[in-house]
Amino acid sequence: MLAFIIRRVGQSILVLLVVGVVAFSMFNFVGDPIDNMLGQERTAEDIARLREQLGLDRNFFVQYFRFLQEAIQGNFGVSYRQGRPVTQILLERAPATLELAAVSSILAIVFGIALGVFTAIRRDGVLAHVIMSASLIGVSLPTFLIGILLIYVFSVELGWLPSFGRGDVVDLGGWKTGFLTASGLKALILPSITLGLYQMTLIMRLVRSEMLEVLRQDYIRFARARGLKDRTVNFHHALKNTMVPVITVIGLQLGAIIAFAIITETVFQWPGVGLLFINAIQFVDIPVMAAYLMLISVMFVGINLLVDILYFFIDPRLRADRTGGH
Amino acid sequence: MTDMPPDAPIAPPPKSRMRLALESDVFYTFRRSPVAVISALVVLVLVLSSVLAPWIAPTNPFDPSSLNLMNGFTPPMEPNAFTGETFLLGTDDQGRDVFSTILYGMRISLFVGVAAVTFAMILGITLGLISGYVGGWLETIIMRTADVQLTFPSILVAMLIFGIAKGVTPVEYRDQMAIWVLILAIGLSDWVQFARVVRGATLVEKNKEYVQAARLIGRTPGAIMLRHILPNVLSPVLVIATISLALAIIAEATLSFLGVGAPPTQPSLGTLIRIGQGFLFSGEWWILFFPACTLLALALSVNLLGDWLRDALNPRLR
Repeated sequence: MLAFIIRRVGQSILVLLVVGVVAFSMFNFVGDPIDNMLGQERTAEDIARLREQLGLDRNFFVQYFRFLQEAIQGNFGVSYRQGRPVTQILLERAPATLELAAVSSILAIVFGIALGVFTAIRRDGVLAHVIMSASLIGVSLPTFLIGILLIYVFSVELGWLPSFGRGDVVDLGGWKTGFLTASGLKALILPSITLGLYQMTLIMRLVRSEMLEVLRQDYIRFARARGLKDRTVNFHHALKNTMVPVITVIGLQLGAIIAFAIITETVFQWPGVGLLFINAIQFVDIPVMAAYLMLISVMFVGINLLVDILYFFIDPRLRADRTGGH
Repeated sequence: MTDMPPDAPIAPPPKSRMRLALESDVFYTFRRSPVAVISALVVLVLVLSSVLAPWIAPTNPFDPSSLNLMNGFTPPMEPNAFTGETFLLGTDDQGRDVFSTILYGMRISLFVGVAAVTFAMILGITLGLISGYVGGWLETIIMRTADVQLTFPSILVAMLIFGIAKGVTPVEYRDQMAIWVLILAIGLSDWVQFARVVRGATLVEKNKEYVQAARLIGRTPGAIMLRHILPNVLSPVLVIATISLALAIIAEATLSFLGVGAPPTQPSLGTLIRIGQGFLFSGEWWILFFPACTLLALALSVNLLGDWLRDALNPRLR
């Protein structure tokens, strides 16, 4: 098991190094940031001064080495557009995205598993059929249309919920949270549903198909023959054995939620890192793009690694296979 | 060869390709599936109307001389208060006929979608064939790259490529190049699926006798890959291509909606939805509603067609 973990950690570091090269190359391939920063009225001295200030006058390898060195320390330089350190901007924005992603993930996991189990157990019920058909539409609807639809119904027509921003926030030592105010919680509802809906339908369909597969097995029939209660069979025997693939997908989808937050944040003008990234693309703000790329890669690679290691704790069969015998 | 037994079965006359297609299993299951027939019809109508947009559309929304600002914000099917003109689906803020902008917008959406999938398909098939047939370090590099790329959602990859490509193009060409950059970004974000499937199928096919025979008679590896293996791995590729098309159309709309896709001078359906969202609160719902419905109809019907095709071409489900 240790060898497996070491190998996976090694692979993860390799992936991060590759992404690092991509992130760094962006600085070299993409235009001249001086043009973007100084605008029309610039003098030769201005250009030279800024070039030196930003370290753009060194050669490729020196710059690459410096980039890696600084990146490990969490320093991605100064935003071309805002003129402030990128790390500072990202840290300010991160709580908004993390809170939104956390609420959406919990919604997606809780409702996804519950609805999946329900539609599997009552597979011929009317309600189960309605839920399944609705989920098909949910999968084909683009995220931004779901957001617009929710805004139209709940903000424009009914006027119940705010359509943009995150309401009043409370500052807890640098972490601005929306969980502690009524308007903050109200502002969370629509974006988190928008963001979580796709993942919820995905988890639900997966849980359902895995459950149906497991419920067909002999040991389930045997458990029923032993006279165990339906509840025990469904939850202790069946659901437990569907969890391995479900946890894989949930883990991978957590990463996807952070990425898809870009879309939701744009629809709801939610002041998180996703909105920052989209603005960075529009204005070709390379340091912000590079930092976001590195941040999200660390998150994705970390989640993948965690999911792989989690297998060992969830499924004893894997543990026995890898450590014993071979 | 000359002394054939007299009772040898007489070969039936060769059928025309059309007859073969109409009598095939796939066409049979197509006729039997109402969902497939309806989605195919919807796709056909949408594709035809976008291809024929210059002849169908009542106005050319890109020709400033045909626009009249007085026509702005005309509701659907109601005469305008100032000019008295009536528009089927209303007009937007600049007095552009929404029906015409949808037709032209769909043209761009479909063009980007089809071009991006074609690009991804060619790239994926080439890399998949090479890594499956040639193997070695080429395969390692290609498949590791694919693994790394699969770690990230394709929409994020497309955004990044769009951002980088936008930075590389000079400012004055950005709007003109946006469509091509979009195709490049979506295509590059989508090749992995094709490469993986083609590689898997190639690994199976390359050990079969017909490939060995071709090798024995001295055909070059390139010819074996293109002429012998490729035709036998095409049916899964076709399924992925159809589903990818729906995803590419949605990806294009999403990027354009986010403002990192088709520019307002060449609006796609996503750009139109982006524009329409601005008028949601002031009550001009039609500027948003009709493009959104068109996008939904297009994506949903292509998706359903892909689902049907996957089942129809899957021998295990017959």
